[in-house]
Amino acid sequence: MSAARWRRAMNTGAARTSHLPATKGRANVRLVGLPPHPVVVPGDSRGRRTLALLVTPRYLVVLIALLVYPLIASPFFTYQIGAQSLGLGLIALSLTFLGGYGGMVSLAQMTVAGIAGYLVAIFGTSSAAAISLGWAWPVAVLFAVAIATLAATAIGWLSVRTEGIYTIMITLAIGVAFFYLAQQNYTLFNGFQGFNKVFAPSIGGLDFREAVPFYYLALGCALAGYFLVRLLVRAPFGLALQGIRDNPRRMNSLGFAVTAHRVAAYAVAGLMAAIGGVLMVWYNNRISPGTLNTGAMINILIIAVLGGMRHPIGAFLGAIVFVLLQNFAIDLVDRERFNLVIGGVFLAIVLFSPDGLLGLWALVRARLGRGRPLHSNPRRQRS
Amino acid sequence: MTTTNTWWTRAALGAAAALALGGAAQAQETLKIGLLATLEGPFAAPGQDGMRGADLALKQKNGMAGGKKIEFVKVSSDATPDKAVSATRKAVEQDKVPIMIGPLSGDEGIAVKNYAKTQPGVTFINGSSGAQGATLVDPAPNFYRFNTEGAQWMVGLGEHALAKGYKKVYLVAEDYGFPYSQVQGFMASYCAKGGKVVDKAWVPLGTKDYASVIAKVPKDIDALLVVLGGSDAVNFLTQYEQAGGDKPMIGGSITVDQTVLNFKGKRRESLLGTASAGPMADSIDTAEWKKFVADYKANFKDGFPSPSLFAYLYYINTKAALDALDTVKGDLGNGQKAYRDALQKTNFNGPAGPIKIDENRNAVGTTYITEVTKAPDGSFYNKVVRSVPDISETLGLSDAEFKKMGLGSRDVPDCRK
Repeated sequence: MSAARWRRAMNTGAARTSHLPATKGRANVRLVGLPPHPVVVPGDSRGRRTLALLVTPRYLVVLIALLVYPLIASPFFTYQIGAQSLGLGLIALSLTFLGGYGGMVSLAQMTVAGIAGYLVAIFGTSSAAAISLGWAWPVAVLFAVAIATLAATAIGWLSVRTEGIYTIMITLAIGVAFFYLAQQNYTLFNGFQGFNKVFAPSIGGLDFREAVPFYYLALGCALAGYFLVRLLVRAPFGLALQGIRDNPRRMNSLGFAVTAHRVAAYAVAGLMAAIGGVLMVWYNNRISPGTLNTGAMINILIIAVLGGMRHPIGAFLGAIVFVLLQNFAIDLVDRERFNLVIGGVFLAIVLFSPDGLLGLWALVRARLGRGRPLHSNPRRQRS
Repeated sequence: MTTTNTWWTRAALGAAAALALGGAAQAQETLKIGLLATLEGPFAAPGQDGMRGADLALKQKNGMAGGKKIEFVKVSSDATPDKAVSATRKAVEQDKVPIMIGPLSGDEGIAVKNYAKTQPGVTFINGSSGAQGATLVDPAPNFYRFNTEGAQWMVGLGEHALAKGYKKVYLVAEDYGFPYSQVQGFMASYCAKGGKVVDKAWVPLGTKDYASVIAKVPKDIDALLVVLGGSDAVNFLTQYEQAGGDKPMIGGSITVDQTVLNFKGKRRESLLGTASAGPMADSIDTAEWKKFVADYKANFKDGFPSPSLFAYLYYINTKAALDALDTVKGDLGNGQKAYRDALQKTNFNGPAGPIKIDENRNAVGTTYITEVTKAPDGSFYNKVVRSVPDISETLGLSDAEFKKMGLGSRDVPDCRK
């Protein structure tokens, strides 16, 4: 009911905003994902206009670069840097969506990804033949993603009644509980050792265990996740979600089901995290409790914050920087000191730019004089 | 103006120096060897000591092997298999090392072995990982382990326990791969010779509260078999003492280490006589061992008072890798065939016994049975009472007999009654 009403309101509103930006009546609903200068083709159908809004020339440049990348990079850079960044980025994107657009910081996104990864190993094939059911991979993946999404919804349903730091605490508790469950349960999760030899499938001669095919698979999933978020935050559901983030009481009094919207946001984020989890289990060829321990849960938060939570691309930028640092910091400083470099860079980025890498980018553009607000709402824009 | 000049001069000089160095480097060829240990996470201190062991092996050869200067490409994990494979992949695929040494812990070893299969052109040599699965199950043809593993380390302890009159024991052990192997190594001979393990308490790694385990310890046992490590062992001991426990103990390879020997409780005296076993002991009375300890102390002022298990294991694996390079004079051509043949034929006297490997490329080596003894100055140490040479990975059983028993797990082996 409420969504339909909102859609009606927004249809008139959206038409107006394209001509009259920042109309007073709509000012408290921020169109975060919207490029500020969209290429609007006059007199076009709604679908094509949306496409034009989403795909600007610079997108094509980035897209071509991403597609050409594995052809010029070494297998190591394609697989370990490229594919891993895309997989981790997708999980971090689920947190960006929840945190940036829904105002709910969940630490359990890695847990959702881990549930999906574990289920792929349990339903599919692995070294633990006594546990794995050996289903065909499409069925295993489908069930794994579906159940992980359900689990994410349940986590959401449990934690939406809390705010701020309490959401972080409750999702942390859920994540840690699942970690111990996986570590101590032997009948289902195979305890400390977990599952080895969980391999990506090969379809018609295309072996996804190879670096380049796996990179394209990860790229496909990452792009799907990215555009899903871009579309969703402009859709009535996303707009309502952002409204709830900014003023839940007001949205409630306007007739929106606040809890339902928040739980739905967890479900959508869970879907993305689950797909990211399947990618990561195929990437590692294995899963064990160490994959989803507290450190891994916090890494996802670091990636999201590092990149910036104002825009979905931040998750992927953060993941690239994170993966590069994890791999190459040890070459800069010898021995055990290399974690100091990783921590130092994180600290510097967050210290100088509360909006992460995206904030730095906006800062540079502003310095160059071509700046324009990163955010459509001037109040939230860094001065 | 002056600054600019200086800057240019410096740059020119730097470029010239770089060229000269480049020339020199070509004259003396460098060979990169990957080295993986845990420099982060719960095993950071052991990982650091493992690296010391590898460094020591290289220093003893003045940084050279096979006529080439050896350079370690060091990478780190946090003891999770995922991270171990990522780090290994970085060294192998990005830094292009032809030889890779590591990792440290058991499950990492299995993950790296699985990765080794995808890189047939690279030779992988274990660091200190001791999981049976790395070489017994589905071994990789290019993964070598010059150290014995967890089950081998306990062989002979079963007979020793029976000789001490312990006919019935109760087991307390951590619930993961390494203790499974250790318990199997103990029980294989203990059960065969008539000993009984009346019950097993598997506790999660990092358990703080042992009350429920202690409550279940039967009255009519002769001893406790405790296969716990580090703080888990100290916590168990303290709580067992407080609960009034008085049974003697038998320990695993990492149970009765310095942290436990420095344990200050009232029950400290009762630690005397505690038997354990391992691939090395601080008090081995041979010239090779004493030289190894002296070299370690001379080279690492920041190291431990005596080399740890991890330093020793990384040392022998690195030494085997470098010696084989000498044998083939640095020739890694032809898919490293000559080098791998040389590795297979490895046979030298290590600090704690001869180093050689079987056809699964796993070590056949010596285990030391020790007992806690009081030194003249009042401190406690592990005194070597016996050494058991030439222990194979099938624990002295034939392949068929070992296959029948299966790999160690929670329920294998079993001899309750």
